[in-house]
Amino acid sequence: MTNHSRIDEPTGTTTVGHSWDGIEELNTPLPRWWLWTFYACIAFAIGYTVLYPAWPGLNGATPGTTGWTSRGQLDQEMAAENARRAPMLRQLAATPLDQLPANADLMQFAIAGGGAAFRSNCIQCHGTGASGSAGYPNLRDDDWLWGGDMASINFTITNGVRNPDHDLTRMSLMPAFGRDGILDARSVADVVSFVRANAQMEPQSASSTRGSALFAANCVVCHGASGEGNRALGAPRLNDRIWLYGGSREALATTVTNARQGVMPRWGARLDEMTIKMLTAYVYSLGGGEAAAAPVAATPVAFAAPTE
Amino acid sequence: MTDSIDITDSPLGAYQARKGVFPKAVKGPFRRLKWAIMAVTLCIYYVTPWLRWDRGPYAPHQAVLIDLAHRRFYMFGIEIWPQEFYYVAGLLIMAGVGLFLLTSAVGRAWCGYSCPQTVWTDLFQHVDRFIDGDRNAQIRLNNAPWGAAKIGKRALKWSIYLLISFWTGGAWIMYFADAPTLVVDFWSGTAASVAYATVFVLTMTTFIFGGFMREQVCIYMCPWPRIQTAMLDEQSLTVTYKDWRGEQRGSVKKAEAHPGEYGDCVDCNQCVAVCPTGIDIREGAQIGCITCALCIDACDSVMAQVGRPRGLIDYATLADAEQEKAGQPPTPVLKTLLRTRTLVYLGVWTAIGAALLFTLGNRTRIDISASQERNPVFVQLSNGDVRNSYTVRLRNMEGRPRRMELSLVGLAGARMWQGESAASDAARSFVVTVAPDAVQRLTVFVTGPYDGEERTDFAMTTRAMDAEGGSDSHALTFNRPEE
Repeated sequence: MTNHSRIDEPTGTTTVGHSWDGIEELNTPLPRWWLWTFYACIAFAIGYTVLYPAWPGLNGATPGTTGWTSRGQLDQEMAAENARRAPMLRQLAATPLDQLPANADLMQFAIAGGGAAFRSNCIQCHGTGASGSAGYPNLRDDDWLWGGDMASINFTITNGVRNPDHDLTRMSLMPAFGRDGILDARSVADVVSFVRANAQMEPQSASSTRGSALFAANCVVCHGASGEGNRALGAPRLNDRIWLYGGSREALATTVTNARQGVMPRWGARLDEMTIKMLTAYVYSLGGGEAAAAPVAATPVAFAAPTE
Repeated sequence: MTDSIDITDSPLGAYQARKGVFPKAVKGPFRRLKWAIMAVTLCIYYVTPWLRWDRGPYAPHQAVLIDLAHRRFYMFGIEIWPQEFYYVAGLLIMAGVGLFLLTSAVGRAWCGYSCPQTVWTDLFQHVDRFIDGDRNAQIRLNNAPWGAAKIGKRALKWSIYLLISFWTGGAWIMYFADAPTLVVDFWSGTAASVAYATVFVLTMTTFIFGGFMREQVCIYMCPWPRIQTAMLDEQSLTVTYKDWRGEQRGSVKKAEAHPGEYGDCVDCNQCVAVCPTGIDIREGAQIGCITCALCIDACDSVMAQVGRPRGLIDYATLADAEQEKAGQPPTPVLKTLLRTRTLVYLGVWTAIGAALLFTLGNRTRIDISASQERNPVFVQLSNGDVRNSYTVRLRNMEGRPRRMELSLVGLAGARMWQGESAASDAARSFVVTVAPDAVQRLTVFVTGPYDGEERTDFAMTTRAMDAEGGSDSHALTFNRPEE
């Protein structure tokens, strides 16, 4: 390798003097505008580090003379967003629950807000899709323990279920028929047979006939003569296909033996009224919302027969 | 390495200063063509946003409008929705192939005549001539020390630059909003800040690129000359100095004194003087040549003065140059134009264009898309039925409200209702009114009998309930619990 800087004949440019197997490098100068752009970038970078948080230190970065922070920007954006939402929130506060579904825009606003509140407060039990799981009610179906109209949903969310320290809470206490010795194991099995036969989940049998009498003696007070339930008492409907704790013989036997007493916190103590109103709209919109407190069906609903 | 060399010690300095280019005014057919193309392109650019187009009461009336806020692109009778963006992609591909086509047919004509950098540089050079005078006056003023006269002229010239630049940047934003409204908003300070920022950025880029950087943009910054170098072949039209005819260069006097020793080039340097990129075409084809052909005009007028045939500098292909050098006639223009490569580009370009037009003519203005709620996929109802829910989007791409019927196809025994009505309204179909030029989003609940396959295919179709009609369908699945 040689080091001989020389003028390259065809271009008139000096070489840097390196030569690798005869390949030489031209010392082509940068265009001036390129250099200026480069200097401008350096000047910009210096200005930036003065104006904005930049140089890292042991306990944080230099603050920058403008005082800008990403948290501060977030606060500003949140304030702007709150200001933007304020008129809708005022309107929502002024609208009675039962008139909310009629106002499509406001309802959408409430559903969106309720969805957000649902995701942070409710999904732990009711699931991200609000479809519940064993012991936690599915909020999308048309079977309500305490009523599926706006007012009922709102009341249930506000006051919770089985909060012993709260007077208004939704409270229903089914006796533990088996554990407390009211019915023996055979009787429990007979009641289960009747309940399942009544819901057309198994054929009638001698056991279910025996269970019919036991049901009439012990269960109709709350669950109704044909198992239609009673929302005023929070007694579930037993003549349909929806079983909160499962509809198998084992699950039903456990329910009758020990009773089930699910609990929901009273959200009135944790969330503000507006959030609960929006949660109500969200739950109402999931597919099971009812127009008003619907009267309980007196006769079992005919099951849809398979078509074709 | 025997000794180190400090390259910063180069006699050239740290950078290369721009060599001033002061192109001389020239007259001739190519100059006239450049004028015409400049007038047409600038006219299209500045006037287009002001053209009106009646679209009825529900859509904007600007002929060409890129409505980013509402995600619509209007071009005369055509309205493009975001999901139809492939039309724009198709146009861009056509523009790309069009550049190839143009290059294979007429060389760097894009660079020489219609590239915005060329057009605005040309415009700014006319401003130079208007304020400072022609080439020699410009050079004199450039070399003159700063004094009152020079400061005054520079201030005036740069103000005109700025005015043109501002107008250029200002025209750009008119494509993105209703132009007359935007002008009022802009001057009353109520336009969006992005409008002011865009105008500022485009004003500055026009001012700097057109007023000062000029040919440096073409030579150092633009990728196209490099691509072009790879695309040129011996059939490509380039501006050629016919050295076999021009050399040995010499003045008319010398040629008369020594007949036979000198070529046609009288070494008047006019070709260099008029060049907007400051190159000497007599050195051969080079990256700095944008083939604007002004040197052809300059040379032709000199040849006319000295009584020699025109075309010492002329458009010619490399192949023609070789033939001419050998004394053969050049290939006919048509034969050069209609060669395989050009025809293939033309074919591709035409095919894409025809396909775009065809799909444009056949596109439906009504559309349905639907997706199933996945969490949960089904809901067990009290009466034993199973309910699925779907998010349905009905798209009305016409500029008027339309009544659209949504119905179920297949899925025997199923009924549906939309989220805002009640389950008691369930039916096989229902009608909604979709706002003009809008998407109606519906939550649709579908209930079906419990018994059936775990996954049943069905479809939702929509049909416009007016004379014009039109329909669309979307395939879906109905889910039931696993047995």
